[in-house]
Formats: sequence, structure tokens, C-alpha cells
Amino acid sequence: MNKMQGATLLKYKNFRYLKATSALILVAITAYALINPAGGESYGGTWLGYTLGTLSTLIMLLLMWYGVTKRRITGAPDRRDARRQSAPAGQERRKPHTKSRGMNGATLQEWLSAHVYLGASLVVLVTLHTGFHFGLNVHTLAYALMLLVITSGLYGLSVYLNYPRLITLNMGEETLEDLMLKINELDELARTRALGLPDEINSLIAKVRNETRIGGTLLQQLSGKQYNCPTSFGVEQLRILSEKYNRGEQPKIMRDLYSLLLRKEKLVLRARTEVMLKARMECWLYLHAPLGIALLAALTAHIVSIFFYW
Amino acid sequence: MTSEKFKIVIVGSGPGGLSAAARAAEHGISHLLLEAAPQLANTIHHFQKGKSVMAEPSVLPLRSSISFGAGIREHILNTWHNELGGLGVNFRVSSAVTAITGEAGAFEITLASGVSVSAEFVVLAIGVQGNIRKLAVPGEDLPGVQYHLDDPEAFRDETIVVVGGGDAGVENALALSAQNRVILINRQEEFSNCKEANFDQLMAAISQGKIETRVSTLTERIEASNTGNFKLSYLAQTPEGHEQIECHRVIARLGAKPPRQLVESFGVAFPNGDSTSVPQLTEQYESNLPGLYIVGALAGYPLIKQAMNQGYEVIEYILGNPVEPADEALLKQKFAGVPDIHSVSEGIALLRINQPLLAPLTTLQLREFMLDSSVRIPSRGEIIFSRNDYSNSFFSILEGRVAVQTEDQNGNEAVFALGAGNFFGEMGLLSGRRRSGTVVASENCILVETPRRSMLKLLYSAAGVQRKLDEVSLKRAVSGCLDTSLPESELSYLVQGAQPRRYAVGDVLFSEGDKADGLYMIRRGSVTVSRIVAGKEVVLAYVSAGNYVGEMALMSSQPRSATVRAASPTEVVLLESVRVAEVLGRNTSMRRKVDSRYLEQVRSDEHALSSESSELINFLMGQGVGEATDVLLIDYARCIRCNNCETSCADAHDGTSRLDREAGSTFAQIHVPTSCRHCEHPHCMKDCPPDAIHRSVNGEVFISDNCIGCGNCQTNCPYGVIQMAVKQDYQKRSIWQVMLGLNPAAKPAAADAPELPKIAVKCDMCKDIIGGPVCVRACPTGAAFRVSPENFMEYVK
Ligand SMILES: Cc1cc2nc3c(=O)[nH]c(=O)nc-3n(C[C@H](O)[C@H](O)[C@H](O)COP(=O)(O)OP(=O)(O)OC[C@H]3O[C@@H](n4cnc5c(N)ncnc54)[C@H](O)[C@@H]3O)c2cc1C
Ligand code: HEM
Ligand code: SF4
Ligand code: SF4
Repeated sequence: MNKMQGATLLKYKNFRYLKATSALILVAITAYALINPAGGESYGGTWLGYTLGTLSTLIMLLLMWYGVTKRRITGAPDRRDARRQSAPAGQERRKPHTKSRGMNGATLQEWLSAHVYLGASLVVLVTLHTGFHFGLNVHTLAYALMLLVITSGLYGLSVYLNYPRLITLNMGEETLEDLMLKINELDELARTRALGLPDEINSLIAKVRNETRIGGTLLQQLSGKQYNCPTSFGVEQLRILSEKYNRGEQPKIMRDLYSLLLRKEKLVLRARTEVMLKARMECWLYLHAPLGIALLAALTAHIVSIFFYW
Repeated sequence: MTSEKFKIVIVGSGPGGLSAAARAAEHGISHLLLEAAPQLANTIHHFQKGKSVMAEPSVLPLRSSISFGAGIREHILNTWHNELGGLGVNFRVSSAVTAITGEAGAFEITLASGVSVSAEFVVLAIGVQGNIRKLAVPGEDLPGVQYHLDDPEAFRDETIVVVGGGDAGVENALALSAQNRVILINRQEEFSNCKEANFDQLMAAISQGKIETRVSTLTERIEASNTGNFKLSYLAQTPEGHEQIECHRVIARLGAKPPRQLVESFGVAFPNGDSTSVPQLTEQYESNLPGLYIVGALAGYPLIKQAMNQGYEVIEYILGNPVEPADEALLKQKFAGVPDIHSVSEGIALLRINQPLLAPLTTLQLREFMLDSSVRIPSRGEIIFSRNDYSNSFFSILEGRVAVQTEDQNGNEAVFALGAGNFFGEMGLLSGRRRSGTVVASENCILVETPRRSMLKLLYSAAGVQRKLDEVSLKRAVSGCLDTSLPESELSYLVQGAQPRRYAVGDVLFSEGDKADGLYMIRRGSVTVSRIVAGKEVVLAYVSAGNYVGEMALMSSQPRSATVRAASPTEVVLLESVRVAEVLGRNTSMRRKVDSRYLEQVRSDEHALSSESSELINFLMGQGVGEATDVLLIDYARCIRCNNCETSCADAHDGTSRLDREAGSTFAQIHVPTSCRHCEHPHCMKDCPPDAIHRSVNGEVFISDNCIGCGNCQTNCPYGVIQMAVKQDYQKRSIWQVMLGLNPAAKPAAADAPELPKIAVKCDMCKDIIGGPVCVRACPTGAAFRVSPENFMEYVK
């Protein structure tokens, strides 16, 4: 390991956001323990409940705002430099060497590090806010949605931390496109090589060529497998059939075909792994973000209903 | 046979030659314009179809008998054609000049056809494009055999043989392969002569079957053919034997022969062997051969407007008419603030007297020097530049004094004053690195600031300047590198017998076990220090310009304990062991400094790197990190492949991303994406006609608005990071659009809108954006980071 690999999301700035959220949670729990009335009243109505509710709402808005920041990290042009470019050498403005200035200078990594810890802290903050009162109503719906968003977030975090390395290990310097090209090449080689052999082999090779899928349905992508993979089937069949075709040139051609298909099988496996890792790394966001929006809607309903019908 | 006689023969019909011929015609003098190509203005003719030609430098007025302004290539060529006809210019095309003999009043000009003409005066305006190398086989000039490709879109459904495995050939083959069958012929066995980006694309195209290739193949001949609708038969010798390919077209891209040899054969002298040097000319553009004048790109003026002005002026000079050069007004402005200077010639004279360095220059060179430079009159105490700035201009002191504050390797400060006749800023210029000191103006100071390119051109074109500069700067470098308190006499002693040496990437300066031959002071480039540990080469250190290596063996009087290798093109000065030892003996302060460096080195060598990180370093060096000043790396163990770095880069830069995340190489989870390295000595700057590529104070290499879109920088950058992009009106999404997931409405393009000009774009490290490089800030996981070689050894350890 070397220092090139700087601080990860969790360790960012020496666990700055872990420390901050831990403190927050600690204060909340202490306050709850101290003020907890013996009875089981609805808790949101107390002043502590309101405080926790407001705080949690603000945190949720901040979490949602991450999505906007991600797309607007660009920041503002440096306005102190009216003469953009082409200033004669030596007369140019000198940029102060400060790294970040306000939101315009923040990094997305910092945002995400905070996002992760603040998001997770909601489990505690909001649960305290509910005072452990649940029911079949819009309030509990919002709570449930929140848990879903958080769960998906936790999943996302874990894949973000683990999969990138696996992707590089699997692919090296190659891209999926490169692999597909090689696979097509092998298919073509196998097709021409098999031409002199009986139909049985030719149709087997055609089946391998035409029916092997990389990607495919969402489930296939996520599992990285194809049920009864034609390529593996082809490899297996060739091994069996090679006993049958053993005259003249045939054994040599069969051996060639076998090694071509073996090579293809390896490539197919790598390509599927690539698709799988990428799919697993992306899929959860399609739940996380929309559920986040749903949560926002439920939260609005929750707040409105409280103020109007309490 | 008596040859035809003319008063003036003009060779080459580029903007320079055309303008000269037009002026001669306007005066009604007997003249002849000779052009090698089958059409006039060959260089412009071969610009890309529809290219918008720009009229830089915009402040320079045009003075010519024909007109010119920014516009489309076709329009400009047409206008010239009409105007030449109107003036009655006497020209001959397809008339390459192969020899010029004789002297003023009786020059003999011989054409390729063997015909010769005679002239009293010759104007040489053959530009720098050189003569295109032809195939040199029978049939090389058949219709359908071409040596340029202006518009790949013009051909469709043809079979095309492209000859040449260099970048031009590969690029043409790739461009044509979209709509044609392309067979690429390479004389070599591998396509190792082309850039990595081209190579990768070519390999992809080959594996997709889009391009066929023949390697180790020599063209034998080309014949007219009538097989089907093929017009040509291309015959070649391949490793498998003779092959005949029926085709529609043969495009050969074999490079060009630079015109220098030809020009020298006429008797014109160049000041030195460097490929960028230009002939020395008088103020009237007259060469060392009286009666032979040189204008345009060949004279060192790489833009159309400059060439045209000179074409006009040179005719006036030949006729003995005093004309004020077109740039007179500009020069006058430069001297405007200088007290007691009332005319340009007074200013130039002052320059000549007060800056001995410039004494060997001709007046023309001095004028050009001033045209590129600017006069600065700083107030007392004003900072000219600061230590660690990345600026690279050069300063001459015309009057007054400045104070220079430097620090040596051990952080000892020294201050010295420089007065009129001195210069400073040469270290940054030579090393391409940060400024090594701060310069503050004292009283009554008048400085001339010269940009990097003009200064380098001068060094290469006027031998005397380089020598004079070296004398002074070498001592300064030694003092800054070893000990700022060394007295002048010791410096002179050390520098005597110092040998300059140059190394290419990977060359060894000295090897482990060698006998010590001296101290190596690195003036430019950088080196790695390595040692064999357990049979494996392990990199111990990376040392950059401004430092020295080789002190360990000197101090311990043992053989070399490590191997030192150039990590980028490197120039060193070797100080003799004996002299270094003597000076060390006499100067305790220097001895202490070198000693402490030595001990530090021994200590840090103890923390030798693992061979794994050595491999990483070697990989990064191979990726050009050794010559980088700031490079984007991505930790692939953390990169979630979201491409937010690219998307945000595009958003920050008018919609075109300046980095390609996926392209580039990976080693041990460290990925080097295709993005600018901000090289110490940027290759892209080398050949930019309007000098549009600069380095800012903070080190960013950027392209300014006066880019003319010629594409030279794209060709010259070895890392393939420059793109040609249309200047577009890019609109950022507003906050509301982002929240609602909308895109800005695209403005409908007017149907008759002219094609927008393409200009070169590249990474500018977000120099105009608060917060710095967006690629790094936009990475959600912190995978993207930037390093400079000074601190990347730290990272790797
Ligand atoms: C791609 C590209 C884009 C450019 N874009 C611009 C731009 O937008 N604006 C701008 O100002 N500048 C531009 N330039 C630079 C511009 O082209 C040159 O500055 C200009 O052409 C120089 O003019 P010249 O007359 O000195 O030489 P050239 O234009 O090169 O003309 C030399 C002529 O001499 C002929 N010749 C050569 N050898 C012989 C011989 N032995 N006998 C007879 N004739 C000979 C050649 O065929 C040629 O026609 C661009 C350059 C390139 C390569
Ligand atoms: C109620 C709580 C949360 C809300 C409302 C929320 C909301 C969001 C939103 C809107 C995005 C932006 C998606 C996009 O634009 O691509 C996002 C991304 C993300 N969230 Fe959450 N989130 C919450 C909790 C969490 C938690 C608890 C974690 C992890 C522990 C987490 C981890 C992530 C990650 C890893 C991303 C992806 C970052 C990226 O790919 O750029 N989130 N979240
Ligand atoms: S564009 Fe290319 S040559 Fe120029 S500084 Fe960047 S990497 Fe170096
Ligand atoms: S922004 Fe970061 S994580 Fe996303 S592709 Fe770029 S380097 Fe990888």
C-alpha cells in the first residue's frame, strides 16, 4: 500500500464527520435519556421532539442537496480575474494558495463523507424523534422510506469501497469494448476453422456464437451468469465430440477449436464479471435517489398533516 | 542558350511571395514568381477545406498590394487569385527552384525542369513546410496519387492505399476508413513511430477489420489500370512476395524534407545547427548573399500577415525606397514610457548599448526582439516575480537596479543587486521550473521583459547570445545549487572546464560501481537515482533541475554507489572532481552544506523503496510524469467509474472535457488518464505560429484566445491531450434545471451560419475557477488527485 491512496470516504480528514455526527448522536441520546417522561406520549410534540424533527429535516435536505452539488461542483469563475487569459507573461494575477473557499472550493468527497455519516445518524435522531411510536400512517411511511434510503445507501457505500479494486484486477488496462472485440475475433476464427467439419460441429459453434449473452437481463447482469451458458456448453460438448471426430485432419482442428472456445470462455467470464461489478455498483442508486425523493414527499405530507390536523 | 532576364525573381508563392510579386507588378517592374506546386499559395491551399484562417497578430496593420483578413480559406484564395490577375502578376507554377548561383545583378536560378532564368535580385519566400517527399517510384505522379489529404469526407466507397506508418498516414487511414476500404502500407515492421493515441485507435480499427495493413512493405511502382472501375494498380514488395492491389487512389504521407539544406546550397548561412535557427538578415531582409532577400516563415515570421507585410517591404527596399516597416507604430508604443527616447531607432540603440547580451544581434533581430517584448517601468519595491512562480519570461535591465533574493539548497538566503546591462530570469527559462528567487525593483528601474519563445528563438539564432548567457548563468546556477556564499573567484574556478552534457530519456549519467568523475549539476530535466537491491533495480530518489547528483562518491572517494538515469530530456553541467574537491577544501561553509546533503541522502537511502514501488515509479516515468509539473492520477482502487470528473470538466470548459478518464494506462491500481501533464518544457509550445500557448504564474499551461487552429500543438503533444474543438456557446444548467433534471434549451443554429472555427483546447487546470481543478473536486470518492514530481516520491513511498 502506498500513500497515493489518500484518505478514503470514511477516514476523510481524520474522521472529521464521524466525530461530528457521533457528538450529535451522543447529545441527542443524553437529552432524550434526561428528559424522557415516564409515560408513553407521542414524542414529536415535545420541545425535544420538535428540535430533533427540525434538525433531521434539515439534515435530509442537506443529503438531498448532495445530488445537486454533484452536478454543480464546477463552481464560479474566478471573478477577481477580469482579464481571462492572454495577459502578458509576468503580469498575471497570482492565485492565493488556499485550497478551498466556502462552498465553491469544497470537494465532492467531503460532501459524500458528510453525507454518509449524517445519513446514518438519522437512524438514531429520527427514531428518538418518533419516541418509538409507530402505526399505519403517513408518519410511519416516511420513517420506513427513510430506512429504505439508508439501507440502500449503506449497500452503496460498501460496493463503492470494495468493487473498484476488483474491477481493475479483472480488467487490467482493457475496456469492455476491447474484450468484445476479442470475443468477436475468436468467434470468427472458430467459424472459419470449423468449416471443413460436419454440420454437428458447425451448428455447435454457431450456437456458441449466437446465443452467448454478455449483459442481458438485469438479473443476469447482477449475477454475472447466463443460465446454461452456451460457451461453457460448447467447451464441454467439444471435449465429448472429439472422440467421435478422429480421422485425418479432424483431431487437430478439434483441438484448435477447443482452445479457441476455452479462450473465449475466459474472456466471456471476464466480460460478465465486469458487467456484474459495474451493475452492482450502479443499480442501488436507482433506488436510493428516487426513494430519497419519495421520502421528501412523505416528509412534506408528515409535516403538513402535523400542522393542520394536530 | 541565354536565359530570360528579370529584375526580380521571387521564389515561392505563399503569402510572402505573392505579396512581393503583387507589389513588383504594381510598380511595373519586370518580375517572375516561381512556384513549385501546381497551384499558387500551396501551404494555404492545403489547409483543411473550409478552415477559417485567422489574421493574427490582430494589432499588426496589413500593408500589401493584395488584401487579407480573417476568413474562410476558399474565400481568401479566390480573392488573391482575382487580385493577382488584376495586377498582372507574372507567375509560373510547377516550377520548383533547385539551384541559385551567381551574385547580385546576375543571379542564375535553375528550375527542376533544367530551365534557368536570371535576375538582378532574388526574393526567397519558400516557407518552412519543405518539400513533400514523394514515393520516388515509377508512377509517383499519376492522377490519383496524392501527397495530401485535405478532406477525408470527399472520398466514399473507394479502395484507398495509404502509404506511411507515421502519424499523418495513420490519421489519414483512420479518417478514411469510415467510408472506404483502406489498406495502410508501412515500411517498418511495427507502427512504433506514431503517437500512442493514434496507435491505439489503429489497433482497434485493425481488429475491427476497418483497416487492412501491410508491414515491412516497399512500394515498387504504380500503374494506370482499367480493371473494373479501379484506376490504379499499386505494386509492392511484401515479406510474402510481390503484391498487386487494384485501387482508386494512393495517398502517400512520407513527411517533408525541411528546406534548410536547399537554402544552404544557395549559399545562405545559418547561425547554428539547431533545427529552429533562422538565417541572419539585415534590417532590409537581405541575407549574407548581397541581392538575395528572405521573407516570410523562412525568415522566422510564422504568420500570414507578417509574411505579406514583408513581401511588400522587401520590394520597396530593393527599389531603394525608404519605407517605415509596418510594425514601426507598434514598436514606438513599446518605448512610449521610456524617458528620453523619442524614436524607435533611439530605443533600439539604447537596447544595444545597455544590454551587452544583445550586442551580436542584427537590427532586424533587435526589432523582432522588442516587438515580442514589453518595457516595464516598475516602481521602487515592486516585485517583478516571486520565488516559486512558474513564469518563464526573461528580463534585461536597461536602467536602474534590482535586488535578487535567492535561497540555496539548504535554505540559506542571499541577496545581491543587479544593475544596468545585466539580465535575470534565465533559470526559469532554461529549467522550465519554478523561479528560484524573488526579484524586487530598486530605484529608476527600466526592464525589458521577453517571452520564453522569443528568447529561445534568439538563443538558437544568434550563437553569441547563447555563449554570453551561459558564462553568467552558469556561475549563478553553481552558486544557487551549492552555496550562495561562495566568492566570485571560486565560482569562476569551478566553472572552468565544466562540461555541458545532454541526455535523452533513459540515458545513464553514471552507473553503480563507476569511478567518480565529478559533480553533476542538473540544469534542465530530471533524473532518477537507483541501486540494485537483491538483484532488482530499486529507485531511491527523483532529482530535478536546480539540484546536483554525484556528491556521494566525491565525499566518500569511493566508486559510485548508485545509478543515475535521465527521467526526461536532461541537460547537466559536469564540474570536475579535482576542482570541486579543492574548492570544498578551501570553503568550510560549502563543505558543511554538501556534507549535510550527503548525510541526508545516506539517511533517506536507508528507507529504500520496495521494488514494487520502484516499478510504479518506472511506470509513471514512462507515462511522462518525469517531465510533468502537475499530472492527474486516479487511484483505481477507489474510482467508481462514474465519470463525474469528465462530466464536470466539460461543464467547466464550454462543454468539451479536456480529459479522457478511460483512456490511458494503469499499473498497480494507479491510472494515468489522458490529460495534460503541464510539462516543464511543453512540446505543444514548440511550433505555435501566434505564440498562443503560455504558462501562467501558477504553472498551468494554457492556450489563449489568439489560437489560429493550425493543429501543430495537437501533433506535437506526445500524450495526445490536445483536441481541436469548435468554439461553442455553452450554457451551464441553472440550479433549477439541475434540481428538476432539465437541460437548457438548445439554440437553433441558423441555416446559413458559417462553419464555426475550430481551435485547440486542452486542460488549463481550471486556473480561472475558484477552488482549483474541477476533476479532483468532482470526484465523489477522492480517487482523482494531482501530483507534481517534486512530491510524488513522497506519495509513492
Ligand atoms: C495548418 C496550418 C494552419 C495555419 N493557419 C494560419 C492562420 O489561420 N493564420 C495565419 O496567419 N497563419 C496560419 N498558418 C501559418 C501560415 O500558413 C504561414 O505563416 C504562411 O503560409 C507563411 O507564408 P510564406 O509565404 O512564408 O510561406 P508558405 O506559405 O509556406 O509558402 C511557400 C511557398 O513556396 C513554395 N516552394 C517551396 N519550395 C519551393 C521551391 N524550391 N521552388 C519554388 N517554390 C517553392 C511552396 O510550394 C509554397 O507555395 C498556418 C499554418 C498551418 C500549417
Ligand atoms: C435519508 C437519508 C438519505 C438521503 C435523503 C440521501 C439522498 C441521496 C441523494 C439525493 C443522492 C444523490 C444521487 C445522485 O444524484 O446520483 C445520494 C447519493 C449517495 N448516497 Fe445518500 N441519502 C441518504 C442516506 C445515505 C446513507 C445513510 C448513505 C451511506 C451510508 C448514503 C450513501 C450515498 C452514496 C454512496 C451516494 C452516491 C454518491 C455518488 O455516486 O455520487 N446515503 N444520496
Ligand atoms: S499539452 Fe501535451 S505537451 Fe503540452 S504541456 Fe500538456 S502534456 Fe505537455
Ligand atoms: S470522478 Fe473520481 S470516481 Fe468518478 S470516474 Fe472520475 S476519478 Fe473515477
